[in-house]
Amino acid sequence: MKNKIEQLYYHAMLFPGMVALIIFSIIPMGGIIMAFQNYQPAKGILHSEFIGLDNFKRILLLPDSKQILYNTLIIAVGKIVLGMIVAVVFALLLNECRLLMYKKVVQTIVYLPHFLSWVILAVMFSNIFSYTGIINQIVTFFGGEPCMYLVSNKWFRSIMVGGDVWKHFGYNAIIYVAAMTSIDPTLYEAGEIDGANRWKKIKHITLPGILPTIILMTTLNMGKILNAGFEQIFNMYSPLVYQTGDIIDTYVYRVGLVNLQYSFGTAVGLFKSIISFILLVVAYKLAAKYSDYRIF
Amino acid sequence: MRKKITVADIIIGIFLFLCAFSCLMPILNTIAISFSDRTSAALGKVYYWPVNFNLSAYKAMFHEKQFIISFFNSIFRVVLGVSINMLLTILMAYPLSKDPKVFKHKKIYMWIIIVTMMFSGGLVPTFLVVKSLGLMDTIWALVLPGAVPVFNVILLMNFFKGVPKSLEEAAAVDGATPLQILWKIFVPISKPALATIALFAIVGHWNAFFDGKIYINSPLKLPLQTYIQSLTVDLNPERMVNMTPEQIEQQMAMSSLTFNSAKVIVSMVPILIIYPFIQKYFVKGIVVGAVKQ
Repeated sequence: MKNKIEQLYYHAMLFPGMVALIIFSIIPMGGIIMAFQNYQPAKGILHSEFIGLDNFKRILLLPDSKQILYNTLIIAVGKIVLGMIVAVVFALLLNECRLLMYKKVVQTIVYLPHFLSWVILAVMFSNIFSYTGIINQIVTFFGGEPCMYLVSNKWFRSIMVGGDVWKHFGYNAIIYVAAMTSIDPTLYEAGEIDGANRWKKIKHITLPGILPTIILMTTLNMGKILNAGFEQIFNMYSPLVYQTGDIIDTYVYRVGLVNLQYSFGTAVGLFKSIISFILLVVAYKLAAKYSDYRIF
Repeated sequence: MRKKITVADIIIGIFLFLCAFSCLMPILNTIAISFSDRTSAALGKVYYWPVNFNLSAYKAMFHEKQFIISFFNSIFRVVLGVSINMLLTILMAYPLSKDPKVFKHKKIYMWIIIVTMMFSGGLVPTFLVVKSLGLMDTIWALVLPGAVPVFNVILLMNFFKGVPKSLEEAAAVDGATPLQILWKIFVPISKPALATIALFAIVGHWNAFFDGKIYINSPLKLPLQTYIQSLTVDLNPERMVNMTPEQIEQQMAMSSLTFNSAKVIVSMVPILIIYPFIQKYFVKGIVVGAVKQ
């Protein structure tokens, strides 16, 4: 009897949250039916005409599709790979710093950009990269030609990758710094007795020590390979750089919510959701298998 | 044994300085611009120190009704949104932290949560659901779709799992209901974890702009980030192609470089206020959440 009441309590506690999840996460999943329809708001989802895979055929035929997929992949992979390298290198430098006060101050400062919104950072970026901005002044000082970086197809992707790496490197380094502090200090003492210098200790003790963490984080990032960073790009791109900067998410927004092609927007979104889902499942399975990582 | 400072130490120190400087540079530059006069800012004469120091951008900003309204809209959104987030997170994490033997249907709920983490209907269906519920142009469109921060529920659930069973059993023997146990034992004991989660939620709500953009139409209901975003995007020269000359003039008058910079700086203030707390809890929080052994 007592147990029954307890169970009832548990269900009741979960009820409000579950209602919210079902309405705002599960029901929209049902909305993917629209991807196979020619959805018209007046007719609603029940009475709109089914057109099979026409929307998906259109994705394959559209000349922009390839470019958008390519932009998405190259920006996302760039962010993942470079982001990891910079975070690890920064963590190593931090770990080698022996002035504790200095280390703390640096850490406090580098986390900051992570907590600022892309709206704010986009304003700062456009100041810095503008025609009369700091970057162009440095470039002209060294005899280069000034350039409108944020509207240049040559530079846009690099700035997006660089900007994202810059925003998150301090924050991403936290996990590597934590992994380094858990390395057995006697290893370093043994290394010292064997005459290993600083570089050798990094190469043979620190790096192998954090390798499992690096592999784990990279695996988990696999699921993000189609997330090129909507908020960042949306706040900095313009029609002039659609060619290099348009990604799946920005395209879905413009097609689906600006041009009101609901069905087509849903179809493109579904394409992304399915691939991301597969990648996420694979990533979590790999992580669980090789490094005992479980979120549950 | 104190070692001598070597060349390597100095190089490392310089590198770390550059890393930290790169993170502060854009902010310092923006602060300097916000305190400079319009012409110097537009000509790019401002670096890290205001040129022709003046407060006109800030004065103008505090006379702009829209900015003040949006600022308080955002504050209200954070308070309401974070309260809902915290309440639902705590209520959900507790039953889910129970062993399947104790809570029989746990698995079904877990599956729903895993599915929502792994798969999404996408932007358009979510938008249509919010629209069809009649939430458009209300604060609810900003706080309800993200009412359950799934990742935080998992984080807190894992934290609750580590709470010693004996505490709970003792209370249960005394006849406490699960709700009382949660409120009197689990919540007080998990203050650091709850603080971490609350900070995640505050930053998330304060920084969100896109939901405001698609769900809110009335200017008086716009959250701050959405409002700032609309200003800066409209100032972008490539976007002026489709505007009438009057519209462009109006935009220019409303948003100059110094003016926008001042708005950006003021919109950062709440984040800077909670930043010390972030430092205190966040760092521990993500390490615990991310590398659970």
